[in-house]
Amino acid sequence: MATENKPLNVIPRDEAKIVKIWKTAGILLALTLVEFVFAFNMERGILLYLIFIALTIWKAKYIMMDFMHLGEEAKPLFYSIVVPLIFLVWLAIALVKEGSEIFLMRW
Amino acid sequence: MATVSTSVPGVSSKRGVWGGGNEPLKASYGKLMMWFFLLSDIFTFAAFLVAYVAIRVSFPAYAGPDDVFVGSNEYWPVPEMVFDAFPFFHGVHLPLVFVGLMTFILIASSVTMVLAVEAGHRNDREDVVKWMLWTLLGGITFLACQAWEWSHFIHGSDGGSMITYVNNMGKVVTDTVFGANLVVNEYGPAAFAQLFFFITGFHGFHVTIGVVLLFLAFYQAAVGVYERRGHYEMVEKIGLYWHFVDLVWVFVFTFFYLI
Repeated sequence: MATENKPLNVIPRDEAKIVKIWKTAGILLALTLVEFVFAFNMERGILLYLIFIALTIWKAKYIMMDFMHLGEEAKPLFYSIVVPLIFLVWLAIALVKEGSEIFLMRW
Repeated sequence: MATVSTSVPGVSSKRGVWGGGNEPLKASYGKLMMWFFLLSDIFTFAAFLVAYVAIRVSFPAYAGPDDVFVGSNEYWPVPEMVFDAFPFFHGVHLPLVFVGLMTFILIASSVTMVLAVEAGHRNDREDVVKWMLWTLLGGITFLACQAWEWSHFIHGSDGGSMITYVNNMGKVVTDTVFGANLVVNEYGPAAFAQLFFFITGFHGFHVTIGVVLLFLAFYQAAVGVYERRGHYEMVEKIGLYWHFVDLVWVFVFTFFYLI
């Protein structure tokens, strides 16, 4: 149609960018496999759980920085998303403490 | 200050820093609101998962060897003994294989999503449509897997477990229990199944919304709505949501199936 805008310019693929995306995917997959290796080869206990949580946060970092491109946003936006997450640290400490106190009272 | 350098990014040289019309966060309204929505959703899911851990540590953990695990509401179950089924492999003990596959599917669909966003930056309609379709298929497959997972969890194992519990009539009964509901389950304390339904259900609800949005983006890209609009920002915004769903699953996977 005559009223339609002219078609957008298609920019050719930047292969380096696409390779980086697949690399991140490989890292995420590898970290998940490492979790499986730990799950079946290690005694259950606090150390294993801390390893799982560390690996999970590591994966989360890759998803947020490389897939959601949070690192490329303006610094104020980056910090306004990341800094509030500090509250979760206290939430976790407080509720795990609460849970273990309930355990002591109940059993 | 009266003199504002024109080189400061995002600051209009005409009006100064406080004069309005600046974009300190250098992101569009839609993207910004998506980020803040996701931040609030992070808090919601984090609260659920922390509650899961808090309730979990208030119960004793199963202490015996894994291979003789028996479900009981006296202690918290071992996840690899609860989630060990795989479609078409009835009775075969395959610990965590199915959830591993689900994790793989969701991560894969996240990768195709980021490829669609990348194609959107290049205004490449064909590539956007292709990668959106893959992402959509990944999302639907994940939902189908979760439906199977739930169905298996609800119907339970062949043998069931002997559980003493308070039934709906307020009576204490000892009975062989198969599967799970909100009152009693064969795997562990009632809270175990309640949390499972609530948290994976809430995540599954997010995936369902995500699939609807993915279809919207796929359809609009295919018929050329974004081409006419002049940009593919909608793909980017829906992409943020979809990656978030993947992010949450990574945590659900750790807390429910590994710990």
